[in-house]
Amino acid sequence: MARHVIAPVAEIAPGERRMVEVDGKKIVLFNLGGEFFALSDRCPHQGGSLSQGKSIALIQSPCPGEYSYSRSGEFVRCPWHAWEFDIRTGKSQFDPRRMKVRTFPACVEKGEALELQAETFPVSIEQDYVVVEV
Amino acid sequence: MELPSSGLPGGTIDVDLHPMVPGLAALTPYLEPIWRDQIAMRGMEGFDTQSYPPRSPKSVRADWRPGSGPPAATVQQLREQVLEPWGIARGIVTPLYGVQLVFNEDMAHGFTQALNDWTRKEWLDADPRLSGSIILPMFNTEHAVAEIERCAPDPRFVQAMVLVMGETPLGRRHNWPVFEALVRHDLPLAIHAGSTYRNPVTSLGWPSWYAEDYMANQQGFQSTLASMITEGVFVKFPTLKVVLLESGVSWLPAFLWRLSKGWKGVRFEVPWLDRSPIEVVKENVRLSVQPFDAPDDAETVQRLIDHLGSDEMLLWSSDWPHWQFDGAPKLPPGISPELARKICVENAFSTYKRLAQETVA
Repeated sequence: MARHVIAPVAEIAPGERRMVEVDGKKIVLFNLGGEFFALSDRCPHQGGSLSQGKSIALIQSPCPGEYSYSRSGEFVRCPWHAWEFDIRTGKSQFDPRRMKVRTFPACVEKGEALELQAETFPVSIEQDYVVVEV
Repeated sequence: MELPSSGLPGGTIDVDLHPMVPGLAALTPYLEPIWRDQIAMRGMEGFDTQSYPPRSPKSVRADWRPGSGPPAATVQQLREQVLEPWGIARGIVTPLYGVQLVFNEDMAHGFTQALNDWTRKEWLDADPRLSGSIILPMFNTEHAVAEIERCAPDPRFVQAMVLVMGETPLGRRHNWPVFEALVRHDLPLAIHAGSTYRNPVTSLGWPSWYAEDYMANQQGFQSTLASMITEGVFVKFPTLKVVLLESGVSWLPAFLWRLSKGWKGVRFEVPWLDRSPIEVVKENVRLSVQPFDAPDDAETVQRLIDHLGSDEMLLWSSDWPHWQFDGAPKLPPGISPELARKICVENAFSTYKRLAQETVA
């Protein structure tokens, strides 16, 4: 796995996402309240682009007619067949054990700590950057 | 294993037998006086259901129509036509006379009570091999629950029955007191082909022909299953068993494929449904094998059984006196002796707990 500097943190605001291509892989980065998560941009069902999907909340129920509504914006719905995936884990909601989208480690690092140079832009030591391991 | 001439394993249980009420007069000994006297006061003629018109060829197999007198009306006819020649050990009788469908809820309740008592007296008392279905007056939930409570103490009633095409989708919550009562008494819910005729039998409107009417049952079963699964009936009542009678079998895998596929995308609508509908059906739904609706080809049948994904879902039935086959019954081809024994004997015992509790003299 190699570390790749994707973008300055300030370019992907909380609640937003960005599709990037790293080592020929399409990856979608999500900012959930300052934490970054990277998923393959390819839905494991038929390859729909998750970066084009809507961010949604988690709807659960302990029994028919009772609803719990939580984790607003922490799930993404594939634009093709509406399968729901947990952005934090990549697990599908309908079968979390067996159906998931591939995840990649993502983090925020200070420019001064980065030994790597981003491929397409210079990294300055004053800024924080989103880094993905692919 | 004993294989009588019918080709069925010894101890076979027939879960779908239909005594036919020979006329309203047969119910008069069991009716409260107020309802009994309404027959004459109102000039009531009978409650034969249009789902099985008595003179339709489909309703009674030709060689089971007596030269004179009504068909399928006596235990003796059942013995001679099914129990004795095919070596059937036990049978569950379910009359399809339409008394529970009357618009007057109180009259429907009164006549349904009489029908259930007719079943008890004329059939269950007459042959210890027979068990019965509590017919439910579903247009009034309190009446349906009361009828379960009234009949359930008799262990010979091993299930309750509703018709597949009702007034509203069966899984909706207004029907839940009925499911709760069934679970309380460990009684499966049988859903039988047929319409209450509160709605057209197809969602397109009224069809023209009997063939369309009969075939519409399959869509009715699909919509009813979809309703019960998505409304969360089996989440709320995980031990409820549903038995589809005269539903056909081979449509089920394709239907479940489509329903499960849809559920994956719109799971958020029914968040209580935490398993695939395929898993729910395997656990909670059973089907009688007449009709089966598959070609006479062992390989196709085996694939179909594989698609069902369980050897515990099918229950043997003749559907007497409905005309599903000629001559002696036979199982679909390609069914192993082990599976035949599950279908004909063991699955019925695990579905109907009360069958095992009863002692047959």
